[in-house]
Amino acid sequence: MKYVDEYRGEGEAQRFLEAIRSTITRPRTVMEICGGQTHTLIQSGIDRMLPDALTLVHGPGCPVCVTPLELIDKAIAIAQRPDVILASFGDMLRVPGSETDLLAVKARGADVRVVYSPLDAVRLAAANPDRSVVFFAVGFETTAPPNAMAVWQAKRQGLENFSILCSHVLVPPAMEAILASPDNRVEGFLAAGHVCTVMGYEEYEPIAETYRVPIVVTGFEPLDLLQGLYMTLQALEAGRWGVENQYTRSVRREGNRSAQKVVAEVFERCDRRWRGIGVIPASGYRLRPALARFDAESRFDVGDISTRESPLCIAGEILRGLKKPAECGEFGRRCTPDDPLGAPMVSSEGACAAYYRFGRRP
Amino acid sequence: MCLGVPGEIVAIEENALGMTMGTVRFGGVHKEVCLAYVPDVRVGEYVLVHVGFALSRIDEDEARSVFALLEEMGELSG
Ligand code: SF4
Repeated sequence: MKYVDEYRGEGEAQRFLEAIRSTITRPRTVMEICGGQTHTLIQSGIDRMLPDALTLVHGPGCPVCVTPLELIDKAIAIAQRPDVILASFGDMLRVPGSETDLLAVKARGADVRVVYSPLDAVRLAAANPDRSVVFFAVGFETTAPPNAMAVWQAKRQGLENFSILCSHVLVPPAMEAILASPDNRVEGFLAAGHVCTVMGYEEYEPIAETYRVPIVVTGFEPLDLLQGLYMTLQALEAGRWGVENQYTRSVRREGNRSAQKVVAEVFERCDRRWRGIGVIPASGYRLRPALARFDAESRFDVGDISTRESPLCIAGEILRGLKKPAECGEFGRRCTPDDPLGAPMVSSEGACAAYYRFGRRP
Repeated sequence: MCLGVPGEIVAIEENALGMTMGTVRFGGVHKEVCLAYVPDVRVGEYVLVHVGFALSRIDEDEARSVFALLEEMGELSG
């Protein structure tokens, strides 16, 4: 496929690896933010080909993973109502709640539908006027414009039976939380290319300045990641900080303004709880008050669900780059992708799951 | 989750609700994609698609920049 295959060449990858080896002069720790990038790095084996001096740590960039357990429980409770069709992206279905998961309640008769696009959920609402359609709206900035458009379309079509269960999270506040922590060890970041495709990278400039770190906006193919790492190391070795853009074929500094506009009409910033990390101020989106009727949480009173994470899980340290999955005592033992104990094991883009699937076991 | 896949626009049309939609080809697969966020694209251009929405136009010249850099690096070391 054009714009995919050419970024997977073995020879080109070797040249970047050589350049990286000859650039690095001392131990460095770099974090990639996005779970898609984590997955590519581990699947392609890049992590094993890099010089030992370069430690990759894996950030909290998997929306499926950081969606709080209580929200999964709420989705499950809503899906079990006989009047509801719960529409969701496929990767939320297997995420275990406290007791069960969406796939299991679907097997027991709940009407849970996997959709490819949020607009499919709007279509479901239009086609089923006697049912209430709830779309499980999770995601980072990348998914915010599609989800915002779904709400906007539902409003335009006057659909009274459409709502979203919203758990939108934003990358820059999470990066700041990592950098501001006294035990932080991340020296440079690969920023998520698709998040920046939407939002641009102006927001990252003050972060790079304040914490004096290089941030390189990076794509998702092996060559993108290698170039992003090379650029980060060049900056670190030169003592430079600031934002650079590797993923120029898709990312412009200002991002996608027409997408940002619709997002701003539909959503406003709010504090959000990240699974494995805790509440990060102003790190999420919720519906604007004028659109509150599309909010599934206020429409369906599912009560106060309180949940407890496994005390054995060290997700918080993994997601902040302080530890690697294999350093967790439960990794591959009591915690596997089929029976995950914590956030980074619940989706193939979580660091623990990627390490497990591609054989990075202790 | 934030998976974005580049595909080629093969058709553009307005749907009944006045939203710009298009058909995008990914290898051999065609999909219906919302083009509301890429107002100036034309048939034959490539867009980055995420959950049924085009989020950016792929810039041809920029797409080659990785290889230009590699060539430059080769010349320097060779
Ligand atoms: S391996 Fe499992 S228990 Fe350990 S940190 Fe990862 S998700 Fe948590």
